[in-house]
Amino acid sequence: MRAYKPKDDVQKKSYYTDRYWVAPMVPKSMVEDDAVFAADLAAIKAKFDVSDAYIQVEQMVVYIKPEDNVGVLKLMKEELGYTQLSEMSAIDWIAKQGQFEIFYQMLSMGKRKRIRVKCFIDQNQAIESVNPLFRSADWSEREMFDMFGVKVNNHPYMKRILMPDDWEGYPLLKTYPLQGDEFAAWYEVDRIYGKEARAIIGPEIRDSARVDRYDTERFSRLGFEVPMGAEPKAVDAEETPLAYQEEGGVFMIDKFEDDKTEIISDRKR
Amino acid sequence: MQQPNRLRPFFENITFDREDNEMIVNFGPQHPSAHGQLRLILHLQQEQIVKAHPDVGYLHRGMEKMGENMIYNEFMPTTDRMDYIASSSNNYGFALAVEKLIDVHVPRRAKVIRMMLLEINRLISHLFWLATTALDIGAMTVFLYAFREREYLMDIIEDYCGARLTHAAIRIGGVPLDIPDNFIPDLKDFLDKLPANIKDYEDLLDTNRIWLMRMENVGIIPEEMALSWGCTGPMLRASNVAWDIRKEEPYELYDEVEFEVPYSDKCDNYARYKIYMQEMRESAKILYQTIDMYAETVKNNETELMAHSPQYISAPKLELMTQNYSLMQHFVLVTQGMRPPVGEVYIATESPKGELGFYINSQGGPYPYRLKLRAPSFWHTGILTDLLPGHYIPDVVSIIGTTNIVFGEVDR
Repeated sequence: MRAYKPKDDVQKKSYYTDRYWVAPMVPKSMVEDDAVFAADLAAIKAKFDVSDAYIQVEQMVVYIKPEDNVGVLKLMKEELGYTQLSEMSAIDWIAKQGQFEIFYQMLSMGKRKRIRVKCFIDQNQAIESVNPLFRSADWSEREMFDMFGVKVNNHPYMKRILMPDDWEGYPLLKTYPLQGDEFAAWYEVDRIYGKEARAIIGPEIRDSARVDRYDTERFSRLGFEVPMGAEPKAVDAEETPLAYQEEGGVFMIDKFEDDKTEIISDRKR
Repeated sequence: MQQPNRLRPFFENITFDREDNEMIVNFGPQHPSAHGQLRLILHLQQEQIVKAHPDVGYLHRGMEKMGENMIYNEFMPTTDRMDYIASSSNNYGFALAVEKLIDVHVPRRAKVIRMMLLEINRLISHLFWLATTALDIGAMTVFLYAFREREYLMDIIEDYCGARLTHAAIRIGGVPLDIPDNFIPDLKDFLDKLPANIKDYEDLLDTNRIWLMRMENVGIIPEEMALSWGCTGPMLRASNVAWDIRKEEPYELYDEVEFEVPYSDKCDNYARYKIYMQEMRESAKILYQTIDMYAETVKNNETELMAHSPQYISAPKLELMTQNYSLMQHFVLVTQGMRPPVGEVYIATESPKGELGFYINSQGGPYPYRLKLRAPSFWHTGILTDLLPGHYIPDVVSIIGTTNIVFGEVDR
């Protein structure tokens, strides 16, 4: 029977994992260990629900409710001095728990501290835009929508940013294959030549490393190579020798003949 | 009204012919001064821009998706293709993020070599910026001069790693090679001549009437706007924020070297130009110090180039060839890849363009669960939406020039 492959996560997987393997954890420390982070967290906790908070690799991670995102970022910007939103995006946890994780990477230049504000939203839940607070969220949220299909409420221009406007599917979802799906394979053929040309042209080969030995358009048949531009050889034609002796080249052995060989006893001979 | 057909498909809802006075111009994606694949849709009243809409994605290769399907070491050459003007700085950002995740100690000599590479890359990138921007404005001489100097630096890099543009010169845990014998004499020769070269450029440009008209009081980014749009690097420093990650959150050995962080309160194109020039001088200063630091490691006989952590990083060749277990671990690392601990990390480094950040979410597997590349140029392109309105068509070219955007990085 063919091995079952889960459809909800088509990313590349390790072909072998020791069954006793337990992955270690990147150490987390308590927020109380850092006075600046502790004060920031206390200020956030005074007004909003915080489900979890810890320090990992010198940065504080704070989990909040998704509906508080604008409030927390406003508080951080205006009262705590986190003046820059460096980055924001989503992480796809749909296969595991049907949710997206949204993270906002904040930077305070005065305190020289970075905080990652995170929240979970359901698969079809929209999140409020933080664009009025940080203009950088304008493009980040568009990219998040483009890559994950996470909808953002009250965004001024909610359109795809990197993929074409008429693209179907969200490339960074775990369900989306690396080489693209059916739609991706026909996208350029349909747009440039029209759907009626599909039968003539065929789907786009999106695996750049693929070699089809029967595809004489792009590759010669192995063993039946012809010069560039020449007609491909007939199937019953004589095979091109793969190895041949060049004039003045290294002497090559076609066939190893046991009885004509000599065993050298003195290796320094 | 557009007449869409097979060869001219109906992509955007843009009406080019309008009843009012407004004209819509498509700037790029193949415009020579668009620095790659930037497409700007400009709404014009006469020659003045009333609305600008940058359209990106023409160089989108899905690097984040590729990264999620590659082992960590495999991804390193892909990072070269982000900011391909200064590819070692991308290598370094990724390597540093993974090193923080697996918590390894990089040997001092490797750190010194990495700093040399980073600063050479910064010089290459700034020279390239100067050359192309000057060419956009019409200063052909500066273009030729700056490319000549850049060529020397590329030769030095080529002597180190064999590549000129896509270096892949940094590994997770250190560097693969020690510098060749001629590296430091060549670098010193170059650095000794650099001040005179920079003076040449400045003599040609600083008080040049055309240059001043195109640069002064054009493209003013106020401090709030720069912060809000996530600007970093020279873009932010020209807007009166003295923020350099090398100085404020030192990584590698930047806390041991002395350098200044130039910044300006003028906020315009000319301020950015002056900051690029000043940063080249600072990079040279850092490079002189790294040469001394390297000599010190030679004196102290610190020859290690890769971190010692056989669980994550292959052991040195001698061990692989003599010890069976090291060879087994090496085989697993090459065929299956390292498995960093479960956790996440966001590491920002100061690339020549600004804050280059790598966010890695690892679930303990050999492939990152989520890899987010924070490229500075992405937001430096986005800011054109707010920056361009009010400017005139020729200003667009000089503003795109001084934002120093690279599309390998914007689209990833």
